[in-house]
Amino acid sequence: MAGKADEAPSARAVILARIRGAMGPAIGRAGSPQQSAAAGWHALPRDYRRTAALGPDERLLLLEDRLRDYGAHVERVTAATVPKAIGRRLLERGEPTMLVPAGLPEGLLPRTTTFTEDAGFSATELDRFSGVLTLAAAAIATTGTLVLQNLPGQGRRAATLIPDYHLCIVAADDVMETVPEAMDRLRATAALPTTFISGPSATADIEMTRIQGVHGPRVLDVLVVVAG
Amino acid sequence: MSLGSALDPKTAPTFPMAARTSLGDMLLRKNVRHATEVIQAKRGRVVAEMPDWEALREAGRALRAHTLAHLDVYLEQFERNCTAAGGVVHWARDAEEARRIVVDLVKATGTREAIKIKSMTTEEIQLNPALEAAGVHAYETDLAELILQLGEEQPSHIVVPALHKNRQQVREIFRREMQLPELGETPQDLADAARRFLRDKFLRVRTGVSGANFLIAETGGVVVVESEGNGRMCLTLPETLITVAGIDKVVPRYRDLEVLLQLLPRSATGERMNPYNSIWTGVHAGDGPQSFHVVLLDNARTEVLADEAARETLHCIRCGACQNACPVYRQTGGHAYGSVYAGPIGAILTPQLERMDHAQSLPYASSLCGACYEVCPVKINIPEVLIHLRNKVVRRETAGMGVLTHPEAWAMELAGAIFRSERRFRAAQRLGRMAGRPLESKDGNGERWVGWLPGMLGGWTRVRDLKAMPKESFREWFARRDTNGKAAGDGRQG
Amino acid sequence: MELGEGGHLRVALFITCYNDTLFPETGKAVVRVLERLGHTVEFPAGQTCCGQMHYNTGYQALAAPLLPRFVEQFRESEAVVVPSSSCVAMMRDHYPGMARASGDAKLLAEAEALLPRVWEFSEFLTRRLGLADVGAYYPHRVTYHASCHGLRMLGLGDGPMRLLRAVRGIELVELAGLEQCCGFGGTFAVKNAEVSSAMLAEKVTAVLNTKAEVCTACDNSCLMHVEGALHRQRTGVRTLHLAEILASEEADALDRRQGSNVLVDVLGNVLGKEGA
Repeated sequence: MAGKADEAPSARAVILARIRGAMGPAIGRAGSPQQSAAAGWHALPRDYRRTAALGPDERLLLLEDRLRDYGAHVERVTAATVPKAIGRRLLERGEPTMLVPAGLPEGLLPRTTTFTEDAGFSATELDRFSGVLTLAAAAIATTGTLVLQNLPGQGRRAATLIPDYHLCIVAADDVMETVPEAMDRLRATAALPTTFISGPSATADIEMTRIQGVHGPRVLDVLVVVAG
Repeated sequence: MSLGSALDPKTAPTFPMAARTSLGDMLLRKNVRHATEVIQAKRGRVVAEMPDWEALREAGRALRAHTLAHLDVYLEQFERNCTAAGGVVHWARDAEEARRIVVDLVKATGTREAIKIKSMTTEEIQLNPALEAAGVHAYETDLAELILQLGEEQPSHIVVPALHKNRQQVREIFRREMQLPELGETPQDLADAARRFLRDKFLRVRTGVSGANFLIAETGGVVVVESEGNGRMCLTLPETLITVAGIDKVVPRYRDLEVLLQLLPRSATGERMNPYNSIWTGVHAGDGPQSFHVVLLDNARTEVLADEAARETLHCIRCGACQNACPVYRQTGGHAYGSVYAGPIGAILTPQLERMDHAQSLPYASSLCGACYEVCPVKINIPEVLIHLRNKVVRRETAGMGVLTHPEAWAMELAGAIFRSERRFRAAQRLGRMAGRPLESKDGNGERWVGWLPGMLGGWTRVRDLKAMPKESFREWFARRDTNGKAAGDGRQG
Repeated sequence: MELGEGGHLRVALFITCYNDTLFPETGKAVVRVLERLGHTVEFPAGQTCCGQMHYNTGYQALAAPLLPRFVEQFRESEAVVVPSSSCVAMMRDHYPGMARASGDAKLLAEAEALLPRVWEFSEFLTRRLGLADVGAYYPHRVTYHASCHGLRMLGLGDGPMRLLRAVRGIELVELAGLEQCCGFGGTFAVKNAEVSSAMLAEKVTAVLNTKAEVCTACDNSCLMHVEGALHRQRTGVRTLHLAEILASEEADALDRRQGSNVLVDVLGNVLGKEGA
């Protein structure tokens, strides 16, 4: 633990020793501390819901309902009509200056609008865009959540933060019903920067009145893409 | 700006004293009552729509207990994985060491400013005054924390730290500090003002300071849960990010978030999911700060861990549900607790973080009604821990001295002796009847009542009368009835 | 009247120290209800106190000897009935741990064997005997205060309300903020007198808003606290333990009308009807 006699033990060593002292001798721990922790973890009770109970359409309806409950605008579209739907949304939102992350399939974009691809802009440069269009890695119906990771078409975190308008496209197949299903799916890419987005930014800090739109995007539109 | 007197359990008045001040502030009480009622109702609705809520609570409890049982393993694992991902992990034995680490890290960046996410851990270690003293200005960016910082106020709630302020009070602070004489008073006006006030700071300041909701051992990742997007700004835009987290914040695996991310938002703000959860792991090229530090803080948490009967205090995931449910907090608000951790969780956490040297009145700041335990998402049996800590307080206060010097201990010893003998108990009942006599008087219905009691008991008769002791105890009646046969005295009202 | 499930029982009454001393009428009422139902009531004379005050205030060592005393007094009983939910909660929540801490294996075994036979008065009626109607008559406007220990620790649920609904002549009014603590909390009422008073003020307002004549509960401790303020404020509203309402019969109501409370009763009934 302590190094040489004249050297004070590090804070790390002291804290770990305190923890081991606090928990007492490892009675009943089989194998190494790591093995014992792993065995204990596998034995943890998980009697909560871990699987879907709804059919595909009900699942989408639930997601749409929950997103709307937060004040997001939601539309269901087919793959073929995505560009048109994007064009409509942008018109509706006053034709914002749009940013897109790298890796967004070009076929999705309407020809009528200019989209600038994120070239690693500084924060101040990002601030000149009033909108951003991205895909999502997953969505969670029960909680009305979109999950974005640093992946092609979803981009880095700052890009979906500074522009005031976020238009997000999520494929119906990526919509999970429950949080556990979503975490299962995200596990493979767990180390990527990840943002869970549930509606536009909000606060209830003043008299518990929910105000939509503080520092993050104040407007969130979602297109749920179904086959057909 | 934030050099105003911080909530410090070492110098705070006792809870009953501080509560007196709060109870006299009718506006504060109204604000607190309103806020806690609104959150409680929202929580109730979103919890009711979860048929598996009790299973989630049990999973949460078991997960937290398991993590503490293997805390050394998980902290080392977190350190290893965070470091491998490009983060730097620091360890701090106490608040002083944590402050020094953070101040040094900020100074090393060469900047004189930092943007901060709401973090009760940095409040606990009183980081802001230390940064100010080192010539670094820390901007609080959470709306509530901004209100408190500009108003030179202290937090009164874990999740909604400015809930004791209403819109008019917030407007006054913003008008004065942001020089906005025309500012309106709707929450929307005030949130917009905060957005404008902070925007250029987010874009300009190159150092961010945050707390953490969870540290993931398996991946070395960090999770921050928030609503406004100020958190994302602080976590994403600066070049350097310093995260201060208690050693209790670690979770074993990524998958465990499926439990905690269901329990926390519904319990904390009554949302199915709060607007933003950020998860990042070390540094990621081209995305977010390229210099990332985590400070793991002990600050007496290992002492809490060592007390088996109180260990579950560390299960806490800082949702604040116990504060909203607490009938005591509802009356006094948070400041009376003299600590950034107020309400039931504060009543058990604060004295332990002070090693029972301070805040000894807090374990008594509860009627033990159990509302906190009922709503706790990780099933901390707060009433049980309160009772355990009361015992610690009593043992400390009476150690090495005769009970005669401690009036309460003396009265308790006496009562204990009485209850240990039926004969003494009967004698005490008779004596009590006689002793009470001089204090009794008849009311309009000819009943005898006591309207004044001496000493410690005077607290009772300040607002309540006490019915005089009846002439005959139940046991006397029962004995008489047995002797006389059951018909003689029946169970009717006398 | 019916005995309830399980036939005739020898019921041992643990009256509790404060009911014994301050509220003997509650004990008499319990005896009356149980005997009316056909059961035999016994009173082990060596009983004193469950230890709750000591335990909850931090004097666990002084509570400890009261456990073996309780076990010794009641170990042979078929059923132990206690007209106080907080005392039952004390026993259920803490006796096993206290027994373990004592290191006395026999005590632990006896305590664990005894505890399942210990009942709070209302739960004895609803859960052990499976009854709701115990043959009571009480023609008054009444509101029910759910004490925290009954509500949360014992999980009494709507048991007490079911008993009250079956009382003939009663007019039951629901109390707003039922789950809110009244602020008693044992020594809390003295140690934090001002906060306790503020909590009490809310409860008293809720009680007065019901326009009830009587506020009832399963705990005289809460009621003593609420009644203390109701009396100080000269509200005319009384408190009464649930057992005393359940013990009332038609003959009692007639008796009382001949007393000095005729005016109060009549006024109460009139007010009650207006508020309904």
